[in-house]
Amino acid sequence: MDHTKTGSNGVRRARVTRRNIIKGLGAAGALTASGVMPGAMRYVQAQSSAPIKIGFQCHRTGIGASYGRWYQRTTLAAVKVINDAGGIGGRQIELIIEDDGTDPKRGAEVVEKFATEHKVDFVFGTLFSHVVIGSAPTAGQLKMPYFVVSEGHHVASGKLNRYVFQPGITDVRSQVTSMAPWIAGNLGKKVTMIFPDFAFGHDHRNYFSAAIAAQGGSAVGLIPIPPTETSFTRYFAQIPAETEVIYHVMVGPGVLTFVKEMGEHFGSKHPQIFGFIDSLEAVDMASPGLEFLDGTYFWEAYPRYAQKDQSASDKFYRQAVGVNDMGAAVDDPKDVSTYSHMFGCWETLYVIKAAVEQSGYQSAAPKDKAALIEAVEAMTDFPEGNEHPQGAKKFSGQLHQAFGHQSISKVENGRLNVVHRTSIEDGLYEPEADYRTHPL
Amino acid sequence: MTGVTPWRDWLLHLGVIALLFGLQFVLPPYHYSNLSKIMVMASFAIGYNVLLGYSGLLSLGHAMFFAAGLYGAGLTVYHLGFDPLSGFLAGLAAGLCLSIVIGMVALRTSGVSFMIVTLMFAQAGYLLILYFGEFTRGDEGFVLKENLLRVVIGDWGFNLIEPVARFNLALLLFAVCLFGSLVLVRSAVGRVLIAVRENEQRTTMLGYHAFLYKLLALVISGTMSGAAGATYALLFTYVGATFGAIQYSILPLLWVLLGGAGTTLGPLLGTILMFYLVDVSSGETSSYMLLVGAALVILVLWAPKGILGTLREKKVPWLP
Amino acid sequence: MSFGPHLLLALLEGTVTAFVLALTALGLSLVFGVMRVVNVAHGEFFMLGAVLAWAFSNMVPGIPALGFLLALVGSALVVGGVAFAADRLILRRLNYAPEATIVATIGLLYIIQQVVLTVYGPNAHPVVPPINFRVVFPWFGYSGYKLVVIGASAAMLAGTWYMLTRTRIGLVMRATQFDRETAQSFGIPVDRVYSAVFALGAMLAAVAGVLVVPIQQAHYLMGLEPLLLSFIVVILGGLGSLRGTLVAAFVIGISDGVISVFYSPTLAKIIATLFVALVLVFRSEGLFGEKRQ
Repeated sequence: MDHTKTGSNGVRRARVTRRNIIKGLGAAGALTASGVMPGAMRYVQAQSSAPIKIGFQCHRTGIGASYGRWYQRTTLAAVKVINDAGGIGGRQIELIIEDDGTDPKRGAEVVEKFATEHKVDFVFGTLFSHVVIGSAPTAGQLKMPYFVVSEGHHVASGKLNRYVFQPGITDVRSQVTSMAPWIAGNLGKKVTMIFPDFAFGHDHRNYFSAAIAAQGGSAVGLIPIPPTETSFTRYFAQIPAETEVIYHVMVGPGVLTFVKEMGEHFGSKHPQIFGFIDSLEAVDMASPGLEFLDGTYFWEAYPRYAQKDQSASDKFYRQAVGVNDMGAAVDDPKDVSTYSHMFGCWETLYVIKAAVEQSGYQSAAPKDKAALIEAVEAMTDFPEGNEHPQGAKKFSGQLHQAFGHQSISKVENGRLNVVHRTSIEDGLYEPEADYRTHPL
Repeated sequence: MTGVTPWRDWLLHLGVIALLFGLQFVLPPYHYSNLSKIMVMASFAIGYNVLLGYSGLLSLGHAMFFAAGLYGAGLTVYHLGFDPLSGFLAGLAAGLCLSIVIGMVALRTSGVSFMIVTLMFAQAGYLLILYFGEFTRGDEGFVLKENLLRVVIGDWGFNLIEPVARFNLALLLFAVCLFGSLVLVRSAVGRVLIAVRENEQRTTMLGYHAFLYKLLALVISGTMSGAAGATYALLFTYVGATFGAIQYSILPLLWVLLGGAGTTLGPLLGTILMFYLVDVSSGETSSYMLLVGAALVILVLWAPKGILGTLREKKVPWLP
Repeated sequence: MSFGPHLLLALLEGTVTAFVLALTALGLSLVFGVMRVVNVAHGEFFMLGAVLAWAFSNMVPGIPALGFLLALVGSALVVGGVAFAADRLILRRLNYAPEATIVATIGLLYIIQQVVLTVYGPNAHPVVPPINFRVVFPWFGYSGYKLVVIGASAAMLAGTWYMLTRTRIGLVMRATQFDRETAQSFGIPVDRVYSAVFALGAMLAAVAGVLVVPIQQAHYLMGLEPLLLSFIVVILGGLGSLRGTLVAAFVIGISDGVISVFYSPTLAKIIATLFVALVLVFRSEGLFGEKRQ
């Protein structure tokens, strides 16, 4: 894949217009350069210089806005790095961003707009599971390759269609499966789960309950919280007394309130607390009221705080996106990132790049799209590096889902320090579906 | 209104339908699909207009009728395996039944109380959708898969999600609603309704049972909205709680006010204009709902009769 | 948790809700009582107060108490000004015709919400509580600031109540409410009274928003819930009856607190909403309001 970098000596510029379109104006230059490349690059030579258009379905407003902001920053950074290095097979990426308002109906309309008006090659970047579920059928009907960065189990469950992929982030089922043994072994076996009452939370409920039962433990309390809730104190009263571990996962604008009220309720005398970092994504660990979290544990996909053994690719990735060693924006240390999710945008773009280059994708013709989809399905391993800074991953073409390493971090003096890192195998499960049998 | 030759009305409306039919041969894909959606939503707006425009009742809860149709069709097709036509009828029936029940209760009030009562009922309906999340999948909603949406008539079959089927079925729904509302306003019943709107007491004194006429208007309005909801579910496959939220009670109000309350073609015009205003501005800014707010204030301040209402007043008095 | 402590927690939560709700709903009730205007944008004034509290308290970094005080005064003044302008520019031109004003305030709702989205962005903004301590019961801990909210709301309510019943301004307002024409002929500047009442109503919502924001964070979509709850309270209390509004706020606040600890909060809301619709239909003077003359 290195050959694309050599084609980058053309003019390199990116601009953001009012319509948020980034056009790589270097495409022509890159092509000229690629014309003198060795014959191995047959696709690069044959193809047009037109940019590859990628539609970014962004939660710019609505309850997913804090994720949307960071998904956008990460995506822009990745596009810039890829374009600067010559683009995808010599073609620059043109990113078109549309806001879906974190609303499933609007999401479906945005996918349609991407396909029929902007005429993009691919759509990518959706996070919230209800938006993915609302948009995926439209993508399938329009035969639009749709790369989501959502964590949800809906892709791997087989409920969606052949055009939907999640190659940049591990799904919830795999995440929780790999957490259960450590929780049962180190924190306790009687777990009370607090989770949002919609698909994403239900994935947690179903698969973690099963995984902890497999470890000889049990979920002694299940406390669903309506997605629009703004006050949480009343729910903590429902935690059964026998609870050894509180397992919490929360999303939306109320996350800080949620964690603060948990602290007010319990103070320093609390059962073991294990949270998914979703409950604190985009939240400053130094916010007042969070002191009680010291000594509790969090799942992280990708450690927010730069660790002692920080890899070179993490350094590179942080710098490119503009994130400091504390996981906050370089130019505003109070602006904390969604570090455990947004890397998925970066990595997904590299998967798209690899797929285009390997399949010889030229245009949105059905034949090329079919080749692209089969190329993604044929992928098996993503090695760790600048293209996959979070770590190595296995990809299941059958499930359209990636599986990676997970981290467990302990809060110490307001910092998240990694205490355990799972292997990829810890999170593997029996596949329930095979998208490859679906028609194209 | 005297001296109107009905053929002019018919010609105008047939012309509009013919124009919409013809547009499908020239529109590019994006606008083609937009227009399909607009025609369904305009049917919803026509339903709203029957109540607001011709009987003067301003509802802030029409989302519940749309949602009744949406879920009536969506749930039966999704969970019970109804075929699309039965699903549509189930949606229609849901809209009909709900509007009878709501009408019996809410029409005991009028004016501001009616607005708040309908708002509250709609909010209760929205929360019910969330409460029964096990079946409705709440906020997240559910999607009707393609294989559920196949219509087979004898040897011939097609799928509702094919763009051509989608467009023409949306047009069919729209045409039925449009001519339904035209016939209604030109009928004796329609004239009594307008009389109720202008002066309820006097109409009652003339021996008309105003409550029954208002109920009839609400039921027609709710059923049309339900039909639009059912059609939306079947043609656009997504069923979710977002359609039961307050916003979908306010949008038909806006469309009707913009196009002109009490004009048959106003709802279509208002829906088209608002759809494209939002679509264009959403590319420019995240705050595209600002337009909805600004439009409401501007209309109510300077153009309470809407576009076609003003046109009728100034230029074309025969406009229905 | 056993029943006793559980109930105590429910009552505490209910009391906080009740006081904040009383403050918010009192504003709505006042506007309806004096002006006969149903202000659908009322929740947005609450939201605007909360978001401005964040903006103001950011101006004084490091000293939460001072920032909060500034927020309390600043937000109330700005929101009052916005409401005053809305009355002059929109509502008065409509001559307060009931249905047109509702449509206009719906428009206002979106305008305020979307302007806040544009200016302050879509994220939830945290505000540091001016006083941060934890009250420890044997069974659970409780936010000390929430008790402060109860106290502050009670003080605001008492102040407003005093103003309405014991001062000249209050007398003028009540006179206008009782009979607009007569008030006018006695030389009361009804137009100015209307603007002042609309601003005052909005300020009450804004203050409630400021008080809540250290608990909840400010977010541009947070206005809908207080709006609906205020509607419920104002209708149950009897449209335009301030005393009824206060009684209803406590009934709804505390019962919501208790019901939703033991049952599904969504179910509690459904029951309250349906109940209110039926009250409006069958007993339009409300449950706690006096019969209208």
